[in-house]
Formats: sequence, C-alpha cells, structure tokens
Amino acid sequence: MSLLAYLVAVWLFVVGIYGVVTSRHLVHLVMCLSVAQASTYVLLLGIGYRKGGQAPIFGDIPTSTPVVDPVVQALALTDVVVGATVSALLLALAVQAHKRFGSVDPDELNALRG
Amino acid sequence: MALASLAVVVPLVTAALLAGTTSLHARRVADVVALTAAAATAGLCLALVTRSSDHAIVAWLGGWRPRGGVALGIDLYAEPLSAGLAGFAALLTVAGLLVAWHQVDTAGHLFHALVLTFLAGMVGFCLSGDLFTAFVFFELMSVSAYALAGFRVEERAPVEGSLSFAVTNSIGSLMLLVGIALIYGRTGALNLAQIGAALGGHSPDALVAVAFALVTCGFFVKAAIVPFHFWMADAYAVAPTSICLLFAGAMSELGLYGVARVYWTAFAGPLGPHAEALRDVLLVLGLATALLGGVMCAAQRHLKRLAAFATVAHMGILLCGIALLSDAGLAGVAVFVVGDGLVKASLFVSVGALEHRRGSVDEAALYGRGRELKALGTVFAIAGLALAALPPFGPFLGRAMIEDAATKEGLGWIAPILVVASALVGGGVLRVVRTVFLGRGAVPPRHPACREAVAEETDLARGRTPSPTIATGTTLLVLGLAWGLVPGLIDAATHAAARFTDHAGYAASVLRGTAASAPAPAGEAPTAAAWLYGLASGVLAVAFALLRTMPEGPLRALHSGRIGDYVAWTAVGAAAIASVFALTLA
Repeated sequence: MSLLAYLVAVWLFVVGIYGVVTSRHLVHLVMCLSVAQASTYVLLLGIGYRKGGQAPIFGDIPTSTPVVDPVVQALALTDVVVGATVSALLLALAVQAHKRFGSVDPDELNALRG
Repeated sequence: MALASLAVVVPLVTAALLAGTTSLHARRVADVVALTAAAATAGLCLALVTRSSDHAIVAWLGGWRPRGGVALGIDLYAEPLSAGLAGFAALLTVAGLLVAWHQVDTAGHLFHALVLTFLAGMVGFCLSGDLFTAFVFFELMSVSAYALAGFRVEERAPVEGSLSFAVTNSIGSLMLLVGIALIYGRTGALNLAQIGAALGGHSPDALVAVAFALVTCGFFVKAAIVPFHFWMADAYAVAPTSICLLFAGAMSELGLYGVARVYWTAFAGPLGPHAEALRDVLLVLGLATALLGGVMCAAQRHLKRLAAFATVAHMGILLCGIALLSDAGLAGVAVFVVGDGLVKASLFVSVGALEHRRGSVDEAALYGRGRELKALGTVFAIAGLALAALPPFGPFLGRAMIEDAATKEGLGWIAPILVVASALVGGGVLRVVRTVFLGRGAVPPRHPACREAVAEETDLARGRTPSPTIATGTTLLVLGLAWGLVPGLIDAATHAAARFTDHAGYAASVLRGTAASAPAPAGEAPTAAAWLYGLASGVLAVAFALLRTMPEGPLRALHSGRIGDYVAWTAVGAAAIASVFALTLA
C-alpha cells in the first residue's frame, strides 16, 4: 500500500512537470502545476499512513485506538490552501495575458527576451 | 519573548487593516500607516538583535515548550544574524515605500497591504525555528511577490514576467515541500533542532541526501542559482521600482539564508563527515552563477535586466561564501548581503529615476540623453565602482572577508574568479555611465525587449525626480558605502556567524532551554591580498566599461523567455543536484 502511494506521488510530480514544460495553453499549464502539487498531498498522506489506523479524531473513539498521523493531515491541508492561492493568482494572470496578448499560448507571450 | 512574535504580527495585522479599508482611498494615510508599520518592524528586529547578542531568544508559540528534550510546539528563534536579516528586509521595505510615495497606481491601499504581507513573510521566514512554518512564511512571501511583480497588470511585460516568476518559483516550492515531507517521514520532526537531533549520530543515507538536495534546490530557485536563475531578470525587469529594490536586496538573499539555516541546524551533524563533497558542489554552483550573472550583466542593454543580472552574479558570490562552510565565510556573507543590498537597492532607485526622467530603460535609446543629469550620473558611477568591490566600501569588505576565508581553507584560487565576476558587474554599470551620461564611445544596439513604451510610474511631470526618491536613493548609497567603514563590524559579524553555525548550541537552546556558551572568535581585517583583489576588480571594471561590446556567446539565446524552457532547466538542474548529492553525501 505505502509503496503504491510513493509511486503515485512520483508519477504525479513527473507528469505534472512534463505538462508544464510542454503546455501550449496557460489554463492547461496551471492545471498541470496543480497535478504536480497533488503529488505532495499523496506523499504527505502516504508518509502518515498507519495500517489499520483510524481518522485522528478522538471524539468517539478511545484514545488507545491506532490512528494515522494527524500532523501530515494538517500539513496537507495547509498545502491545499497554499496551492489554491497560487492557482488563483496564476489563473488571474492567465486572464490578463489573454487580454493583453490576445493569446493564452505561453510561447506567444513575447514581451521579454534575453 | 513577545518581541519575536510582534515582529511578524505588526506588519501582518497592519496589512489586513489596510486591505480592509481600501475603499476609503485615503492614499497618504495608507502611506504613513504602512511606513510606520515597516519602521516599527525594523525597530523590533533591531531590538531582537541587541537583546539576543548574548544568548538566543526562543519564543514558543502558545507556550508549547519542549518536554524532556522533545519539541512538539513551534518556536520563533532570534539571534543576531537571523533577526538582523529580518531587520534589513524591514529597512528596505521602508525605502521601497518611500520610493512608492509618488507611485501613480496603488489600487487603493492594496499595494501597501501586499508590501506589508511580503515583509511579514520575510520576517517570519527569518525567525522561524520550524521547517514547515518556515515553508508557510516562505510561500506567503512568494505569493505576495508574484502579485507585486505583476502589479502593473495593464501592461504586457509585467503579466508575462509575473507568470514565469510564479510558475518557476511554485515548482521550487514543490521541491522544498517534498524535501520537508521526506525529512518528516524519516525523523518524525519538523522543528529544526529536533530534526538535527534525530539525524545526528547516523551516517546519512540516500533518502537524507535526496531530501537535503530537494530542500536546497527549492531555496536555490528563489536565490536564482544557475540553472534556476532564468525567471529573475524577467521578474525584476517588470516589477515597480519600489519592489525591485526589495527583491534584489532582501528576497533573493533569503533563499540562501534558508540553505544556511537548514544546513547548520539540521544537517551539519549527519553531513559533517561529507563536508568536502558538499563544499565542492556548492562552490561549482556558486562560481557558475557568479560568472554567468557577470557576463549577462555586462552584455545587457535593458537597464533593469542589467541590475537583475548583477543580483544573479552577487548571489553566486554569496553562495561561494556559504560553500566554505566556515564561520569566517559566513561572516563575510553577512557583511556582503547588507553592503551589496544597499548599493544594489540604490542602483534600482537610480534606474527608476532615469526611467522617470527620460521615459526609457534602453541604453541605446538613452544614449547621451543623460548628460544634463549630473547628480544621477554620479550616483550611477559610484554605485558601479562599489558593486565592482572597490575598497573601502561595503561590498568590498564583504567580498574581502569571503576571499580571506577561502584562502584560509586552501581555496584561494576562487578569489580571482570572484574578482572577474564583480568587475563584469561593475563594468556593466560603468558602461551605462559612459554611454548614457557621458555620451561617449560606440552606440549600443537596441534591445528588443525595450520596444514597448514605458508607462508612467509616478504622478509627477518628467521634469523632476520625486524628492522622496532622491533622498532614498542617496541615503541607500551612502549607507552602502559607509557600511564598509563601520568600526567593530568584522568582529560583530564573525561572532554572529560563529553563533549561527554552532550546531550544538542551537539544539541546546531550543530543546533544553540552556543558554549556549557563545564562543567569541575575533574577526580579522582584510589582508593585503584582499585589498589588491579589490583594487584589481575596480580597475578591471573600468576596462570592461570601455569595451565596445561584451562577448556573450550563446548565453543570451538560453534566456528565451519561455516558461517551458525555464521549468525544464529547473527540473534538469534539480535532478542533477539530487543525483550528485545521493552519490557523494550518502
């Protein structure tokens, strides 16, 4: 189980970066970045997983119950917030790029060179 | 205790207040409130520097102190070097806000709110003693920086520059986060001292080496180390002047600060036996960055890009200082950061003033048009000489300390390379003095990126430079020059650096609350060789400035402006560095 999680994380990271490098559409590029970001969620949750562990909420389970690591869940949650902020900003910039350049192809943004 | 928390809270709460009152459009009130908050933050950080001069200040948020030597809570850790860097960022923020006094477009109070959020991120990052908290502050700083770089969003270039800035730096943040996750998986700790305690005593394996590589690469993207530097010129060329000086003077340096902090608190134990291999890798990266930045700087015709590549070159010099992994090297880095940061900030302010007066940042379009601007030309010339590390100014002292530290480690051969890098940077700036302000020598070819008309950044007529801009630029330059002459600076920096690199002392003061006995090594004044190197780079810079064109080879073509290319370089660079670390450090 845990090996699978790590393999999925690596795959998501690689495929996300590949998408960013080859993207021809800014919205597609932002989505690829989100895919790469998703690899960190999987990695974090994979690291905190415990076989047979329950959700770390001790309201209705005895404190001796094995639970998965709550710290990585907090980290993943923070990570989601950070990722959403970056995506929102990038999408806003993509809209502006469309207005200014009349294109959303990153290769056709050509105001800066060398 | 509360000082450290206040230094983060003051700018953050003020930013929220300003953002909440943006509909009031009380521009001057916003200016004054933001300036007061930034100045107060600077004051708090400087108070932290003096109070922590004997023993570090550790503030446990919410009172979650370590039990039995195990840290579960989150701490802010202030010592002279970290609080000093935070204070320097706050001082530059004050300068940036003064330059923005006459900026036309501030979108109500939102510009001020963003600047203060940016500052809160930088201060929090400097003071954080917890790796994940540091990451969150790092992201807060980064996201505000993306928005500030693209602030003039109604123009084409800022949109493009901000996009490549945001995408490449997000990839860097992802690498940083993956590295943090791997470290947590291995040690079960996020507190830097706790990580150091968990890793110490074991020889590092491939996982630790790769995690360290990922964290380092994540920080290197922000510090614009080759091959992660491509975004920097694009972002700096488009940001408002008031923001450029913050980017160049503080933000890039924070990337290298992150590497130094994480290495000396968490990894110095396990990686200590492999310090030689680590030093070689970092030195190669630092020298490559210094030379590439220097060549690209000297070859630039776009003045803001020229100043941006000057920053890249100096990041390389700073990385060389850190790569020595010695107290003396780090002391030189600390002195160089402030001296060079002040002079570079004043250079950016001067470029902004020139842009305002003559409506262009293209050297070709400006040829000879600066003859009447004698004061501005003088500032450019002095800044060029100071950036070339001519004695006895601030940048010289820092570089001289790095060179002497390198000689002490038997690496004296890097000094001439640093001389060439500084001379290329100084030569680039001095050539601008020759062409723009003196109108002599060959007319440079036009830069394609300068074709666009420059939009008016300030609300004053072209006839005069805003007086806050003149005052700020001059003050920054004078401070940068005087920095090299501050008495007792070398001793203080050496002492602070010894505290920063004291791996065991850091762990003791965080985990057990014992005041570390501070070793007090005496600093050494620059040797005769360092003075000669300083003079040589000054002379060489003048020689470079007289050259008709700078040979640049195929380097410029690599800086294609394509986001895909930049990300590909980032991925390849990170893979290469991770492989080398896994092979040599594990």
